[in-house]
Amino acid sequence: MLEIKNLHVSINEALILKGVNLTVNPGEVHAIMGPNGSGKSTLAKVIGGHPDYQVNSGTIDYEVNFKKVNLLEMEPEARAREGVFLAFQYPVEIPGVTTSVFLRAAFNEICKHQGAQEMDPIEFDEYVRGKMKLLSMANDKFIDRPVNVDFSGGEKKRNEILQMAVLSPRLAILDETDSGLDIDSLRIVAEGVNKLKKKDNAIVLITHYQRLLNYIVPDFVHIMHDGKIVRSEGKELALQVEERGYDWIT
Amino acid sequence: MANPTPDTDFKRDYKYGFITDIETEAFPKGLNAGIIKLLSERKKEPAWMLEWRLKAYRHWLTMKEPHWPNFQYGPIDYQALTYYSAPKQKNTNPKNLAEIDQELLKTFERLGIPLNEQKRLTGVAVDAVFDSVSVGTTHKEILAREGVIFCSISEAIREHPELVKKYLGSVVPYSDNYFATLNSAVFSDGSFCYIPKGVKCPLELSTYFRINAAETGQFERTLIIAEDDSYVSYLEGCTAPMRDQNQLHAAVVELITLNNAEIKYATVQNWYSGDKDGKGGIYNFVTKRGKCVGKNSKISWTQVEAGAAITWKYPSVILQGDNSVGKFYSVALTNNHMQADTGTKMIHIGKNTKSTVVSKGISTDYSNNNYRGLIKILPSADGARNFSQCDSMLVGNNCKANTFPYIEVKNHTAVLEHEATTSKINADQVFYLKSRGLDLEGSVSLLINGFCKDVFKELPLEFSVEAVRLLEMKLEGSVG
Repeated sequence: MLEIKNLHVSINEALILKGVNLTVNPGEVHAIMGPNGSGKSTLAKVIGGHPDYQVNSGTIDYEVNFKKVNLLEMEPEARAREGVFLAFQYPVEIPGVTTSVFLRAAFNEICKHQGAQEMDPIEFDEYVRGKMKLLSMANDKFIDRPVNVDFSGGEKKRNEILQMAVLSPRLAILDETDSGLDIDSLRIVAEGVNKLKKKDNAIVLITHYQRLLNYIVPDFVHIMHDGKIVRSEGKELALQVEERGYDWIT
Repeated sequence: MANPTPDTDFKRDYKYGFITDIETEAFPKGLNAGIIKLLSERKKEPAWMLEWRLKAYRHWLTMKEPHWPNFQYGPIDYQALTYYSAPKQKNTNPKNLAEIDQELLKTFERLGIPLNEQKRLTGVAVDAVFDSVSVGTTHKEILAREGVIFCSISEAIREHPELVKKYLGSVVPYSDNYFATLNSAVFSDGSFCYIPKGVKCPLELSTYFRINAAETGQFERTLIIAEDDSYVSYLEGCTAPMRDQNQLHAAVVELITLNNAEIKYATVQNWYSGDKDGKGGIYNFVTKRGKCVGKNSKISWTQVEAGAAITWKYPSVILQGDNSVGKFYSVALTNNHMQADTGTKMIHIGKNTKSTVVSKGISTDYSNNNYRGLIKILPSADGARNFSQCDSMLVGNNCKANTFPYIEVKNHTAVLEHEATTSKINADQVFYLKSRGLDLEGSVSLLINGFCKDVFKELPLEFSVEAVRLLEMKLEGSVG
């Protein structure tokens, strides 16, 4: 589904990614771990299409309807419409725009692109409430408030997961969605991710800590260091990192 | 008189820029007492009206064009303008819309303002003003049943002189300011509206102003009177063809509310604003003022200012009656080389009077967008309250935004609050929205909508949809 080859990326002349290779297949859950500054978030943003990053070389192939497309040539919205979703580490505030209005606008854009029926506000409200129930967010009131404005840290992250549930992406990249969460929020987020896991979609978790992986069991764990993936193994690797830190790998 | 020649330099982004090819009757260019007499005669006005006009004209001759606003423009040659231009209608005094010239009906239909019985807007009565004259008013019968008078001001001067005489100039005196005084001398038409005691006007009232003729000034005058315990909501829309020369629009609007009455006045202004190099466009010098004469009365101004090369406009409220309420909600968008100096004045006279000011300025391209507002609390205004919020948003790096808030407080029991912010559309917000599937324009439109929400929610629904579309259209190509 996703194939990254020898990806080199810089921002403001500084080289951050120095040859990343990664292959993700449908139905898989990947965890990318690594110390601060190793390039994890950069990788997430480049997959999402953030304009600040300069791709120097390498490719990101993504499969759309059994055909390979070059993700790097697509605008961020085109990637989103083809099912790429990025849960932000620091979701931004959109003052004056109600979360439900924003969600419906995004949902309908994707429906339009995929030839599905768009929803009116009433249908959509029902649809979102259903997703919130599924994600144990039925008591959350944030969808009636402006996007991320005055949200608690937990609300911001839950909002990202709700967006993921509403937009049903094929490839979801979660950029440190677990950081800054208390244990209850962490469980809600993790359970949400587990419920959204299907055999034809894939999830990439970017995380600092092993604790998220107590709830979400990855098929692969990758360690990133200095702009490269230096080690890829099964879920046991995360436990080793927890015990021994990153130093022994690098 | 000569027909206007069709302008070949149409630009696609101003869809109201077309010219109606219609035979017009226009006065010779220039302004003098003779022109004013001719105008008054043409309108079959009573002698007192002509006297008032001439008094204004004589006063105007002693005045100087104001140059304190924060914008620049070339000199206006008042003798090079035509002060009266009217479509030559076969029937000079149409009794109903069937008698109106087809070209005119078509023009308004193209502007989205169908006047004929089958197509016209339900729930909204429209007075359509083309250059210097009102060409027709819809839904008159329904209004008449309630005793509501809604007609052109020319008709009101003839048919309801006692009301016009009593209220015209009572809020904006003929000597008020340079452009209002000019308007008092030469106003050619406009709308008149009278809501009798205890009546909640059953329809939204609306006037649509269209400037068509070249080198013609449009000077309309609107007068709205709400008697005790009455209510009316009023909408105003404006467009003009694209022409290379600047055109002058100097209007006056007066609102009067008596005890417990309420007037809501909304404007969506989309005059032609000139081309991308700043050539052409309307000079919009407008005096709008309401007076809450009665106690517990309310006046609110809501404006979406998205057009005109120059906007000079400060819709104001004089809060004379005790407990009266004044509100001003404004979105002013400037692009290309537009210049706007706009805001409000809230004059608190009565006890426990309240005012709210919410102003949202959006500047893009090379434009210059200024908020200028005055909150004045007189010694008599015990317990007066004001809340003002002035936010500016900058799109791009070449535009300007300024805020000039003036506050004069002469009563120590008054409480005033002022908040102001300046922001830029930030790239992280745009990326966030794009990464959810919205394209650049959709993202910007959502951001702008969020920014303007407090104002848009004050507009009647159809108007708020229009306003959103208008801003989207204007912002196209400005971002990114």
